[in-house]
Amino acid sequence: MRLSLTLSFFLLAVALSAQDEPDLLSLVEEKPETEYTTASFKSTKVVNGQSVENLAAGVLDFRIAHRFGTLNEGLYDMFGLDAATTRLSLDYGVTNRLQVGIGRSTYQKTVDGNLKYKILSQSSGQKNMPVTLSYYTDMQINTLKWSDPERENLASSRYAFTHQLLLARKFNESLTFQFMPTLVHRNLVPSEEDKNDVFALGFAGRVKLTKRVAITAEYYYVLPDQIVSRPYANSLAIGFDIETGGHVFQLHFTNAQAMTYNGVICDTPLDWFYEGEDGNTMTGIRFGFNLSRVFTIVKPKGYTEF
Amino acid sequence: MNRYLLFLFALLLGGPAFSQKFFTQDAKVKFLSETPIEKIDATNNSGTIVLDPAAGRVECKVLIKNFLFEKALMQEHFNENYMESTTYPNATFKGNVTNPGEVSFTKDGTYTAKLSGTMSMHGVEKPADIVGKITVKNGVISVHSDFAVAPADYNIPIPSVVTDKIAKSVKVTVDGTLKPMNK
Repeated sequence: MRLSLTLSFFLLAVALSAQDEPDLLSLVEEKPETEYTTASFKSTKVVNGQSVENLAAGVLDFRIAHRFGTLNEGLYDMFGLDAATTRLSLDYGVTNRLQVGIGRSTYQKTVDGNLKYKILSQSSGQKNMPVTLSYYTDMQINTLKWSDPERENLASSRYAFTHQLLLARKFNESLTFQFMPTLVHRNLVPSEEDKNDVFALGFAGRVKLTKRVAITAEYYYVLPDQIVSRPYANSLAIGFDIETGGHVFQLHFTNAQAMTYNGVICDTPLDWFYEGEDGNTMTGIRFGFNLSRVFTIVKPKGYTEF
Repeated sequence: MNRYLLFLFALLLGGPAFSQKFFTQDAKVKFLSETPIEKIDATNNSGTIVLDPAAGRVECKVLIKNFLFEKALMQEHFNENYMESTTYPNATFKGNVTNPGEVSFTKDGTYTAKLSGTMSMHGVEKPADIVGKITVKNGVISVHSDFAVAPADYNIPIPSVVTDKIAKSVKVTVDGTLKPMNK
């Protein structure tokens, strides 16, 4: 009896120690990780307007953007390709949250300076945040020659400003949706009835078709009774983002000719389709593209060369 | 009876002490893909290594998202297009020392350990044999290992436009200083 009891204890001990070792990695307490959502959009711009994406700290982005004439112009103007307008810009990531930029556009020879700050980052894990929220602001200066230099001209009359909130959620690897309440303030407007402050609601989306190609769309709805003295249309853009190594190509169709908010929101005269004076259907669609090339100026902390 | 009980206690008490484990959570894992056209390298400073000297077993894990690249865009492409790190967040290696006679984890010295086990990344598990250098000094175990990983083995397709820019075989190094685990 005593022997069998001892033996059974012994066998139990052996059985316990011979049990399969638990997964060694599970013995280590995992550090609580927050997984931040990345690449909600391929680029810092959806098409004409901003996306919630920021440049990483130390990254410089050189962008060349073109918008051509309307497709209506037909073969004589090579479907608008003869009438190119340009915006050249440099953007820089000061931190992972703060991006600053400057640009120069053909439209009204506009020079602009801008700033985008990421307030909230969509994340899961230890910190859970359903959306990304950014604030964007810019100053746009019309540098056309004064139409009447003899008159008293105020420099301030050529300034326009944008304040914009960008609220986005990446629903899955493919689908991102973004909402952008936007205010454009124009120091000088064409007539007394026109509002200096123009409010618009922007909507944008991205669907990835493959790992390197995505389809994007962007729409700015201008609230009524703000732009009165001139015809205006809400700007709509549909495009493709194509990435190849260090470049992102954004090819798109849009009715906006300008590439800064004052022009896109307040000075887009033609709709995608409209009825011309002769009763025929006309189109304000233009082809355009943005080309982005990034350069690393400051290497990230923690990275060491192999 | 008492003698047996003592023996049993000794066995039970001795057991855990005998299987003292060692670990680190800040192992440095680096990789290099080098072709005549492009050099791509990244650093991960938060690798986990757990060693059970008694069982001669090693398990390692890295979070793919924690690899830091010189170029942020490259890092994005690595995560989005190649490793698909949202779907497959980790890479692991789990293996056993196949030459336990030549390695002592308790005696100071430098040893070459051969490990045989399973490498797992991008949702693919593959048998893998790697060699590590083990240095034991004052109860601290340092490990260093160089090995190579072929993206094709782990179902990581390389588009034809960049085939000349990404190496067929990517060099990996792992360095860690393991301390006793308080368990």
